[in-house]
Amino acid sequence: MMSADLATLAPEIVIALYAMAALVFAVYTRKDALAGSLLWVTAAVFVAVAVYLGFGRDTTTEAFGGLVVDDSFARFAKVIILLSAAAVLVMGQGYLAGRGLLRFEYPALIALAVVGMMVMVSAKNLMTLYMGLELQSLSLYVVASMRRDSLRSTEAGMKYFVLGALSSGLLLYGSSLVYGFAGTTQFDGIIAAAQGQAPLGLLFGLVFVASGLAFKVSAVPFHMWTPDVYEGSPAPVTAFFATAPKVAAVALFARVMHDAFGGIVGDWQQIVALLSLLSMFWGAIAAIGQTNIKRLLAYSSIAHMGFALMGLASGTEFGVSAMLIYMAIYVTMNVGTFAFVMLLERDGQLVTDISALHMYAMQAPGKALAVLALFFSLAGVPPFLGFFGKLYVLRAAYDGGLAWLAIAGVIASVIGAYYYLRIVYFMYFGKEQDDPIPSGGTLVNQGLVTGCGIAMLGGVLVLYYVEIPALAAAISLVQ
Amino acid sequence: MIELTHHLTVAAILFVIGIFGLFLNRKNIIILLMSIELMLLAVNYNFVAFSWHHGDLGGQVFTMFVLTVAAAEAAIGLAILVTFFRNRGTIAVEDVNMMKG
Repeated sequence: MMSADLATLAPEIVIALYAMAALVFAVYTRKDALAGSLLWVTAAVFVAVAVYLGFGRDTTTEAFGGLVVDDSFARFAKVIILLSAAAVLVMGQGYLAGRGLLRFEYPALIALAVVGMMVMVSAKNLMTLYMGLELQSLSLYVVASMRRDSLRSTEAGMKYFVLGALSSGLLLYGSSLVYGFAGTTQFDGIIAAAQGQAPLGLLFGLVFVASGLAFKVSAVPFHMWTPDVYEGSPAPVTAFFATAPKVAAVALFARVMHDAFGGIVGDWQQIVALLSLLSMFWGAIAAIGQTNIKRLLAYSSIAHMGFALMGLASGTEFGVSAMLIYMAIYVTMNVGTFAFVMLLERDGQLVTDISALHMYAMQAPGKALAVLALFFSLAGVPPFLGFFGKLYVLRAAYDGGLAWLAIAGVIASVIGAYYYLRIVYFMYFGKEQDDPIPSGGTLVNQGLVTGCGIAMLGGVLVLYYVEIPALAAAISLVQ
Repeated sequence: MIELTHHLTVAAILFVIGIFGLFLNRKNIIILLMSIELMLLAVNYNFVAFSWHHGDLGGQVFTMFVLTVAAAEAAIGLAILVTFFRNRGTIAVEDVNMMKG
């Protein structure tokens, strides 16, 4: 049934058509002046599709002969991806416009990357997975080097491209081995072949696929591109990298592990647990010496990916739901934090040095308070939202028989708290500055910082309403 | 008689050469792009070999997708390389060093 297939994939098709139409329209009218409104329209389209997905269906439908699936897991991930992409789009407008970077390609490329991510989380076949992943990656390589006259931005794009292509190569080599030893690229066929004592070739394929995916989620030891790309890319692009693609990559990781290799949980559990352990510790330790706030947030995101993978490593339904809740909380925290990073301007230049934050609370007490909530939450201090996210994954790891990983997670979280709290300390009790950062920024960013700051406390009250769909999503994934 | 294992060995050797080319090459970014291409072609060889072995067309379809994406990837890689060259004036791998840590 062709029309039923198209209906299942309607959200992706709508956004893809929208992106192409926007490109044609912008090329035809040749006006970068329209880029600002195009950006808002794109964000509106994202929110509309997110609402449609969030309240529309509650069934599991496969389409195109089982190439893609639309289940509550995919919908949950897509809603987070779309909403965070919309938030990041609107928060970057002021920054991009001030630097002459607001070109119409930006919203169109972000829209195409979002389509790629949506295909990724819906993939039910290695081919769909690869096409979605590449659509996302190719768009992201371009936006990373969007600031064409900046050496840092183009170098970031170059590094991201080379290492991203390497990771795609590893993933593909793994896919080819899995195809060879399972005889099919369909996840249903792979899970049938990967039961009990799986053939060695299939396990090799699993390891390659897992390392390719670990690159995309920037888990240690495949994280080396992250700090450089975060530092070099323009701030709105960095904010985008830290949110939507991370959600998509983690969701894809869970999808592949449970949907294709759900029969050999014991084999991949060890790999994911090791990735999680290394990421948590390296993310916490390497961030201590950083002075650039974008680099610091890169290591912070590496550590957070470690915690998200902890939920996956438990190999249970509850673990997947904990991972999804963690990602939802992580995205909220990062939207607020990056909206704050873009506020730090002096004479039209972004200030990324942490030492510039000394006594920021004197300049902007309201924003400093919101950032305090965000950073306490990133550190995992109760009663802020980040604490509950960590609580979920720790409980999942403990229930899944990985008590050692849960204990290691607590230790890594304590180490990591140091560098978040140090920034808060600078803001409130730092040295007097001769040339403090003026309190300013666009209304959107101020609103996002304040809103996310409030959500760090208020979100605890509505956490229950995230838990229910997250658990439903996990049940639809784990058979 | 040439069997599946022979094909897989050739593909594995090509893939490893590609990876080593990425990590050991200290000269030129163009060589990095060539190494990436070599890796993808090794994967294609694998897919075609398995497809022949299973008598299943899926692997060859996958190869077509990989070839198409590889072409797009090379185009984007070269475009980024050109913008990088405009800013830096060189494409030596050891000069990609503005950011470290």
